[in-house]
Amino acid sequence: MLITEGYATSMVLTWMFTMTLIVLINNFLNFIIEAFSAEKELSFLPIIIVVGVLFGLDYFNVLPMKTLIGDALISVANNPILILVPIAVLLFLYAYNFKILKGKLFLDSSLKSKVTEVKAADLSWTKRFGDIAPFMQLDLKLIWRNKRTKSMAMLLVIGLLYGLFFYPQPMYRDMEFMFAFIGVFSTGFFLINFGQFIPAWDSGYYKMLMSQNIKYEQYLRSKFILMVMSVVILFVLGIPYVYFGWKILLAHFAAAIYNIGVNSHVILYGGSFNRKKIDLDKKAAFNYQGTGAVQWIIGIPLMLLPMGLFGLTNWLVGFEAAIALLMILGIFGIVFHKKLMKLITKRYLDSKYKMIDAFSQDN
Amino acid sequence: MIHTKELSKAYNGTTVLNVEELNIPKGQSFGLVGNNGAGKTTYFSLLLDLIKPTTGSIINNDVVVEQSEDWKPFTSSFIDESFLIGYLTPEEYFYFIGDLRGQNKADVDALTSKFEDFFNGEIIGKKKYLRDLSKGNQKKAGIVAALIGNPEVIILDEPFANLDPTTQIRLKQVLKDLAQKQGVTVLISSHDLMHVTDVCERIVVLEKGNVIKDLETNPATLKELETHFASGAMTSQEEE
Repeated sequence: MLITEGYATSMVLTWMFTMTLIVLINNFLNFIIEAFSAEKELSFLPIIIVVGVLFGLDYFNVLPMKTLIGDALISVANNPILILVPIAVLLFLYAYNFKILKGKLFLDSSLKSKVTEVKAADLSWTKRFGDIAPFMQLDLKLIWRNKRTKSMAMLLVIGLLYGLFFYPQPMYRDMEFMFAFIGVFSTGFFLINFGQFIPAWDSGYYKMLMSQNIKYEQYLRSKFILMVMSVVILFVLGIPYVYFGWKILLAHFAAAIYNIGVNSHVILYGGSFNRKKIDLDKKAAFNYQGTGAVQWIIGIPLMLLPMGLFGLTNWLVGFEAAIALLMILGIFGIVFHKKLMKLITKRYLDSKYKMIDAFSQDN
Repeated sequence: MIHTKELSKAYNGTTVLNVEELNIPKGQSFGLVGNNGAGKTTYFSLLLDLIKPTTGSIINNDVVVEQSEDWKPFTSSFIDESFLIGYLTPEEYFYFIGDLRGQNKADVDALTSKFEDFFNGEIIGKKKYLRDLSKGNQKKAGIVAALIGNPEVIILDEPFANLDPTTQIRLKQVLKDLAQKQGVTVLISSHDLMHVTDVCERIVVLEKGNVIKDLETNPATLKELETHFASGAMTSQEEE
């Protein structure tokens, strides 16, 4: 194409070759990143930071990355000898990859499992929750002692700061329906991420739980309280958003109540449709094990519904009415908590055999 | 104690278990033997209401297991490693099970301290997660956890597998005591005919889901069982 448009053939070929080289470089770079991120839980953070910084430098015209890279490509196209640079990078990456992978080839190194010493935290404060205390302790240990849940907990930071993607931009500050969305998302970040895989988190020992002397209701109530606590904590930590306007804080408050009253129940109910096992030892970022259609469908009532309701009322009646609507819905949920839990518990009991069967399959 | 009536389980039309009637009185030590696929684990899973029977039912101490959860307080079990919670230490696991069964820390400690020999110093106080223990040690922890809370019925699937000889001998003593001295109904399954005849007063042989032998254990039982399974091997050789 470019050749027919009058560019020099040699130049176009060099450019194509450079592109191919860059694709290969990216490929090997991915391998290396993957090798490292498989070992540590938060390895994706440095990458996000690096990319973020580069983007920031470019965006604020400190260091125009885009033009720099563009210039580099053009100069390679003009001086074919410079193509040695990407070739050298590629060779280096290839050699490094080779080294890493060769080191992993020996069976015994991957068979030797790391034994970590247990550092037990004092969880006696959960005793005040009475009969659900054992489950709460179990859930807290579950979150803290497994790779996947732990990195999920770390992601809370991103959830909390989510509003910063939007609020600093004046464009969004006038879109009031966004407040509800961000409010639901940032106060409900844990609720959504943890809740959508109930009871799959316990899939590894679900048979035991089902044959033990437990009441399903207690088991579910422990999860419920954990989620409510997370919403409250995230709301409190999110109070500084008031800097961007009291309306935002108010919307977040309403969203938090909606999360507690409505979303927590919805997500528990949705959990009874979970049929996929979760291996707790796998990392969380970019891990979709245990994710099924349920997780996507449940997102609709969870996030879009409050946003839609809020937006609609806000547009038809006004901001205060929209806030009131979310809060009233939330309070309804809280008032009927006992009834809803009964319903949800029944749902879980009804699908008990199916869940046991599904969780004992190796998928 | 446990009454099984016209129980059957079929997967996609293939019957894997079919028991006309089986009554296990209180305090009996009951052994289930059979080759792979004979239906031992299926029977235990039905007993624990982990799968739904195709026909019939099991009544555990007057409770129909698939209709009520009231059998749970007096029944405990260890079927496989999926009964363990990998990210807990053995102590935490014992306390958790204790909590579920209404036992406080002191009760649990009192019970586990009786098993110091059995644990051989490899379980308690090691600050290791259950998932990091060897198969044998996991099994020890699981078996002892099944004894927490004075259950009246204990169900153990293949308790002797993966254990070292010393522990096997100790476990046999533990199981015998439970049935004889404390009146606990103990149900175990095993591939090891010798162990099962040592421990159990009664042995039922399952084959392709059917009860084909129901024996009171006496000195001749082991011989009889060995002949039975050996003849199975003979006929299958002839068939080939």
